[in-house]
Amino acid sequence: MTFDPLRIRSEFPALDQNVNGKPLVYLDSAATSQKPRHVLRALDDYYERDNANVHRGIHELSRRATEGFEEARGKVARWIGASDPAEVIWTSGTTGSINLVASAWGLDNVRAGDEILLSVLEHHSNIVPWQLLARRTGAKLRYVEIDEQGRLILDDLDSLLTDRTKVVAISHVSNALGTVNPVKRIAAAAHARGAVVVVDGAQGAVHTKVDVQDLGVDFYALSGHKMCGPTGSGALWGRRDLLEAMSPYQGGGEMIHFVHRDESTWAELPHKFEAGTPNIAGAIGLGAAVDFLSEIGMDAIQAHERRLMEYALEKVGALDGIRIYGPESLDEHSAVVSFTLGDAHPHDISTILDAEGIAIRAGHHCAQLVMKRYGVSATARASFYLYNTEEDVDRLVEGLGLVVGIFG
Amino acid sequence: MDTPQLNSLYQQLILEHYRNPRNKAELAEKTLEVHLANPVCGDEIRLQLRIEDDRIAAAKFVGSGCSISQAAVSMMTTLLQGRSLADADALAKRFTEMMHGSEEAAKDKALGDLRALRGVSKFPVRIKCALLGFDALQQALEKHPAGDKH
Repeated sequence: MTFDPLRIRSEFPALDQNVNGKPLVYLDSAATSQKPRHVLRALDDYYERDNANVHRGIHELSRRATEGFEEARGKVARWIGASDPAEVIWTSGTTGSINLVASAWGLDNVRAGDEILLSVLEHHSNIVPWQLLARRTGAKLRYVEIDEQGRLILDDLDSLLTDRTKVVAISHVSNALGTVNPVKRIAAAAHARGAVVVVDGAQGAVHTKVDVQDLGVDFYALSGHKMCGPTGSGALWGRRDLLEAMSPYQGGGEMIHFVHRDESTWAELPHKFEAGTPNIAGAIGLGAAVDFLSEIGMDAIQAHERRLMEYALEKVGALDGIRIYGPESLDEHSAVVSFTLGDAHPHDISTILDAEGIAIRAGHHCAQLVMKRYGVSATARASFYLYNTEEDVDRLVEGLGLVVGIFG
Repeated sequence: MDTPQLNSLYQQLILEHYRNPRNKAELAEKTLEVHLANPVCGDEIRLQLRIEDDRIAAAKFVGSGCSISQAAVSMMTTLLQGRSLADADALAKRFTEMMHGSEEAAKDKALGDLRALRGVSKFPVRIKCALLGFDALQQALEKHPAGDKH
């Protein structure tokens, strides 16, 4: 099947509208993606036909809801190369997933004096949960620095990893700059020191085929809403032996086997980590998003995004006063163009583009350590996905022309 | 260019204050300082005041951020020099009214250069940028030991 961005675009109802009198150009998919009809229909079908609680009813609706919910788990498992759906735990998203690991695994395994290795590139959701853990345990945080192009400086990885390093938490792809990190290499080095490797995959599974076995990591966190799925859906994949040894994260219904007066026994994986009524519709919607992306093919999506990035870096890069942050090589640079333009502040850029119907993100992108590294308080960020076209890039460049007109 | 709203937002006077901010320096012998940031955007200012006998003897600021936030605080400081605390508070209230769309406030000469910011009221997400300086001022007035001037 040939990749036809216009046909794909027509699957996304929200893209078909005017904003401030102009056709919408949506370049903020790194914040959240738009949703295709296939996913919206799955949500409707669930609520209109199958809505019931899972795993506890004997009746037909509960059976259907449970089946859809567990089928979706299987889809996500296959999507990321997990060997067993029981290793996939539903969460509210990447933030929920990382907090789960930092609490449930962290509190049992990290002690005073131990070290947690992060990078300067991380989103706050892969920093703050570890800071909370460090505060509760007396562990120390260390950071891999980044170079001028926003790439991890791995020359000193061997000295940053010590026998005290208990966990290395690293993003697959940077949300602020688009840097693609060499996760496999980092995981191998971390494992040589006996550290556990946690990957923030919020921007990873979105754009590339992920194989958690091949990456050789221990935990992989992802968000449904960045990959065409519903908000509030997401998953944590973990290696079975680690998940089995962990204490539960939250207590409640669904996660127990037997409850006695003073103690309880835990349900089998994955339910041990799924206290309470889960986001059933979210899981089913995420499963539908996986189907949608699989049918188009991640290789085709990646190739399309690469062509767009090549075009965007050339066109945007040619503007006077532009500075683009992030790796020069497209092998290391995912579908994000993070930039500043002359002395126009990114918020002003964003307001001017919005008046033209163009949605971008301006700010620190929940990555204040990255901003600090470059000595800027904010950047403007245009991010691309499967439904964007070269015409979108042209509109962006025209809009940036207006910015130059006002601020130049 | 079909963007009358944008033109009303980015007036030359705003860009001029953004590029050549008035009173942007550390204030010697300050009696009050308020550090305020807009966490969503990263706009940030430290407003420094020297208050003598219930008057603002001097007002300066340091900070960084978008044109709207930085121009607004620059314009605000030009109006604060020598003003009584009660007057400064009234100015803050007047400006806030203008941000919420009051035509009458937008015509009030007491607002001086700040009137150039009236177009911001049409851009709801940017109103907090324009109010950053006055929010800092109002916090400073509340912190002032002589207390409640309202």
